[in-house]
Amino acid sequence: MDYELKFSRYNEHSILIEWPAVMDENMLKNILDYKKSIQNSSVELVVEVINTFNSLLIIYDLTIDDVYGEILRLKSLKIKAETIEEASSKLWRIPVCYDDDFGIDLEAFSKEKQLSKNEVIELHSSAIYTIFFIGFLPGFLYLGGLDKKLYLDRKSTPNLDIKKGSVGIGGSQTGIYPKNSPGGWHIIGKTPVDFFNAKSSPPCVFNAGDKLQFFEISKTEFLDLEQDIKNNKFQLTPELYA
Amino acid sequence: MLRILQAGFFSSIQDLGRFGYRDKGVPVSGAMDLYSAQFANALLGNTKDAALIEMTMLGGKFQFLERTVIAVSGAFMNPTLNGDAVLQNKLIKIQPNDVLYFGGAEKGFRTYLAVKGGFKTETILGSRSMYPSVTTQSVIKKDDHIIYEPFQGVEEALSKVKYQDSHLESNILDVFKGVEFDMLSENQKQQLFSEQFKVSKNNNRMAYQLEPLLDNNLKPILSSPVLPGTVQLIPNGNLIVLTRDCQTTGGYPRVLQLTERSINILAQKNSGNTINFRLKE
Repeated sequence: MDYELKFSRYNEHSILIEWPAVMDENMLKNILDYKKSIQNSSVELVVEVINTFNSLLIIYDLTIDDVYGEILRLKSLKIKAETIEEASSKLWRIPVCYDDDFGIDLEAFSKEKQLSKNEVIELHSSAIYTIFFIGFLPGFLYLGGLDKKLYLDRKSTPNLDIKKGSVGIGGSQTGIYPKNSPGGWHIIGKTPVDFFNAKSSPPCVFNAGDKLQFFEISKTEFLDLEQDIKNNKFQLTPELYA
Repeated sequence: MLRILQAGFFSSIQDLGRFGYRDKGVPVSGAMDLYSAQFANALLGNTKDAALIEMTMLGGKFQFLERTVIAVSGAFMNPTLNGDAVLQNKLIKIQPNDVLYFGGAEKGFRTYLAVKGGFKTETILGSRSMYPSVTTQSVIKKDDHIIYEPFQGVEEALSKVKYQDSHLESNILDVFKGVEFDMLSENQKQQLFSEQFKVSKNNNRMAYQLEPLLDNNLKPILSSPVLPGTVQLIPNGNLIVLTRDCQTTGGYPRVLQLTERSINILAQKNSGNTINFRLKE
């Protein structure tokens, strides 16, 4: 699929490439292939390449003297990007306890959506989500693929202290809070899994393009798992997703 | 070892920043005013990435336990060594137990204290820059001890470049058009470049909010990349200039982008200071 791309200078040492402003999994693949192609061809020039739903921001080590020339070079890489082979992605299975003690808004959420709690849990944990990118907070995943039946606008008054690991729904998105923070999402459960640990390498095991699915665990299982994670006895390993 | 006798209003360890982890959502951080920070390091012949202390608005009081050489740059906070005034942007010899004291910022907002060889706090993800949830500490506290390597050598300024005082005085911020600049009305564009904006009391290492509000009916955008120096226009009309600790992505229209030099100039501004945007073609 050919997308209409827009290239522009972002600042003295960055160039932005924009795709149409939509959330689309096929387009994400196109963006990530391009990202790989840029990274492989520009090892010495480029410090970082960041993707979001519809952009790549290419950050260079030094001021770009010839922006036009560099954009032409980036355009030439696009042709190679399209030849990158189909690779299977990783599927991360994330345990979530939907108990009322953790899912503090689940009751209110299910009433608002006129669904039973079990229906909410079933809809939330059966979907396979795509990680579009990581942003907002260290280790915060932007996930696509929430069932439309679970869409609900954010709360008008945010919670001041949402606990680390809380799983929430806000608008058309679901996500996990990687640390305690204020936030306006409806909290429906909690995972004991660490999404960001600055002292681990890598600090966050998830990558844009990976898949993610939630599965329900009981409160006892949650507490056991939490203990195992604390004692370094648990390691999250992905499955292959064809 | 450096003993922190008083930490000041908001002091932290900073270097050039943390690179390579933005795709995990980790902010770049680093010295807010890289011009002054790099000036101090250059005087000492330090590497560019040597860590220094960034003080904000009100400086601290520090005791050096070993001999070394230091340099102070950025905002003027009336530095004294054992009670005697010392010059900024010059090398200062330090003997064991010397006490360096800073007052409130008189000109500028952020002051840098660099030591020969740099401060040796923990390196996390390739940087010593303090940031909550990444480094163990996010600010320097009273009674902390910070390691530096003693230096017995001959003190000689290694850089002959002069510090540009205009850096602290300028209130012109050069900007590029932001990604969503063309979404603005003619009226809004005109307002951006004719209005004098004031730094609001909401200013910190993550962002500077400006006053007054702009008339605005722009809707949020799909979350997109942002950088330090990105100026966002939020629905209530507030202009927000992102600074070094900003998030890696944002969902508001990016109307302007500050040049690197302008980010450093803004870093020396306190609430109430005024600024003007000037479009760079």
